[in-house]
Amino acid sequence: MKNVMGIINVSRRDELLKDLTSLRCIASVPFGGRYRLIDFVLSGMVNSGIYNVGVFTLNKYRSLMDHLGFGKEWDLNRKRDGLFILPPPIHYPFGYYRGDLQNFFSHIDYFHRSTQEYVIITGSNIVCNINFNEAFQAHQESGADITVLYKEIAEQEEKNFEQCRRIVTGDDGQVLDMEDKPGRLKSNKVLMEMFIMKKSLFIEIIENSNKMEYSNLIRDGLIQNVNRLNIFGFHYAGYLGIINSVKNFYKHSMDLLKREVWQELFYKPGLIYTKVKDEPPTKYLEQARVTNSLISNGCLIEGRVENSILSRGVKVHRGACITNSIVMQRNEIGKNARIENTILDKEALVSEGKELIGTPGQPLLMGKKSIT
Amino acid sequence: MIQKKCVAMLLAGGAGKRLGILTRDMAKPAVPFGGKYRIIDFTLSNCTNSGIYAAGVLTQYQPLILNSHIGTGIPWDLDRKNGGVSILPPYVQQGEKGKWYEGTANAIFQNIYFIERYNPEYVLVISGDHIYKMDYSLMLEYHEEKGADATIAVIEVPWGEANRFGIMNTGEDGSIIEFEEKPSKPKNNLASMGVYIFTWPVLKKYLYKDNDNPKSSSDFGKDIIPLMLKENSRLYAYPFRGYWKDVGTIESLWEANMDLLSDQPELDLYDRNWRIYSVNPNRPPHFMGPSAHVHHSMVNEGCMILGTIHHSVLFTGVYVGEGSEIKDSIIMSNVKIGSNVKIERAIIGEGAVIEDHCQIASDAKNPEIILLKGEITIPENSIVKSTIVSLRDLQVNREEQSLA
Repeated sequence: MKNVMGIINVSRRDELLKDLTSLRCIASVPFGGRYRLIDFVLSGMVNSGIYNVGVFTLNKYRSLMDHLGFGKEWDLNRKRDGLFILPPPIHYPFGYYRGDLQNFFSHIDYFHRSTQEYVIITGSNIVCNINFNEAFQAHQESGADITVLYKEIAEQEEKNFEQCRRIVTGDDGQVLDMEDKPGRLKSNKVLMEMFIMKKSLFIEIIENSNKMEYSNLIRDGLIQNVNRLNIFGFHYAGYLGIINSVKNFYKHSMDLLKREVWQELFYKPGLIYTKVKDEPPTKYLEQARVTNSLISNGCLIEGRVENSILSRGVKVHRGACITNSIVMQRNEIGKNARIENTILDKEALVSEGKELIGTPGQPLLMGKKSIT
Repeated sequence: MIQKKCVAMLLAGGAGKRLGILTRDMAKPAVPFGGKYRIIDFTLSNCTNSGIYAAGVLTQYQPLILNSHIGTGIPWDLDRKNGGVSILPPYVQQGEKGKWYEGTANAIFQNIYFIERYNPEYVLVISGDHIYKMDYSLMLEYHEEKGADATIAVIEVPWGEANRFGIMNTGEDGSIIEFEEKPSKPKNNLASMGVYIFTWPVLKKYLYKDNDNPKSSSDFGKDIIPLMLKENSRLYAYPFRGYWKDVGTIESLWEANMDLLSDQPELDLYDRNWRIYSVNPNRPPHFMGPSAHVHHSMVNEGCMILGTIHHSVLFTGVYVGEGSEIKDSIIMSNVKIGSNVKIERAIIGEGAVIEDHCQIASDAKNPEIILLKGEITIPENSIVKSTIVSLRDLQVNREEQSLA
């Protein structure tokens, strides 16, 4: 994979996750206790042997830059290649920004300078543990211009992928149709927003679209070329989550409490890396009662936790009870507080005896640093 | 090299013989502690938290694990252009045969050149095998204030135990009048913590003197300090309050781990202003199964717990099967424990596999702490009542049982 560079595309304006994305871009939304969404694709690239990764950002990227630093945790602090964070060169006023291709175009030198022949482009909100080698090999063998990764989903998973684009492929794997807005195609093949192509073709798409004032990679770069270019699909069989709503953020988070998902997503084929916080192991005190939960380091637990995910450094005081909830970093849950079906963003404080109750279908979302 | 005010020298070459099989393959400072650390993390973190960014780690005995743990010092922020951490093994000098470090003072003596590169005013000498959090910069201030040649950190120990330590008899101003190694009738209860600050030119002089004395054992406590006292150097005791523990034996190592489990432990690992840093193994949050029951315990990342854990410390990536009960034990990284296993008062070494229905607990008559060697597999239904170093021990264990 020495000959492949990775592009993580965060150049989107949409604030899909409401309060979770009011102060951060989607790539740096906390997920799975100690991770941020971007960790999954970024670790996948590194585990596949890709050592030149460009992260294209648009706005609200402070927390993302803080998280990534210079890429040390992903082994991307390199003299040659490594990690490149590429914010827009100018701040696009509202209405002026037309789409991700525009952002790629403004950093076209990065592509010219990189020595790799191929590029893998992915979104930043994809939860999976992937090794790109197989897909890359398939790309070379099929002789495709572009290989897109997709996943066939089971019927009961439909709800989690409501907002995702579908594709139709022929028997030989060729992509016959790709939808722009979800709903048109009756297909169980979900587009993962991961593409493999020659860098020269990618540059061509970027430069063409700039001339034509096109703006969107998937719509103008791919869908418009479905008939002109040879686009093949590659099926990814592992666990997949594409996080694009609070609802499916919650659903996919809860999936982690299934033992087999935990074992697969975090370990196979490689480990998922993230920023290290040097928290001590979590401590369970006398009154602690924790079942069916995912607990990160640095927590102090005196209360009850059930079917929940705790990020690093959460304090749960005596008598507090947390069920079916996601509690992010450094939250403090006061004595006898009750939290159900709730997503608590970072550094919030829930005072003694307080109740925060949502429903499984409509989890309650509490913003960062909120005090209740 | 830019001048450094103070250089830290960590003595990390000890074999730690009393730790038995735990130190068979690694030096004592590399022994795992507290669910995610190795013993040396405490002193290295103290250095960086105290603003001492130039450190030499003197290694000698079984250094592989220690060396790979320290690496270039990144976890402790000790990867620096100027300074940082350097590993200093014994080496061969021109025209001479190879020379091992023959004592703590000799180890420093052989690295005078390393210290001189920084041209420091002071040298901090510490051992990499104690568990404590200490701000060396405060001690350095004290040393400067007193205009001392050497300052020795001391801690009050219970009078009854004072005969196990090196005891400092001090004057009212804190000056050291007398030093007694393990006195049978202690006059004081201020024990040396093995933390020294020396004014470098003075120490250098004494290191040369010591080296010229063929009878010397070249040890700080036995030779250098007594010699300095005899020659009326300015020695001061720096009183330290807080948690400090020498984890030199299986019992003390076990106890120090258990100390962390009290509700308000004296050693606070959760203080964000004084982090203890270590190498991060990058494992996911630990998974508590539907039948898990964990209390009074510490659990690190990557574990999967389906059984009951009471008053124990679990390192990274431990698996505990359903129906298993673990009590008063230390389970090191990547240990796999099957179902319906009982473990009590044991230290289980890294990577050990304990199959279903095993019982690991010492006799009530003979309540020693059981030590299980790492990377060993204990087959189903085994009963283990004493320390296991190899599979042969297990057979012996079994034969004894069948005889009984």
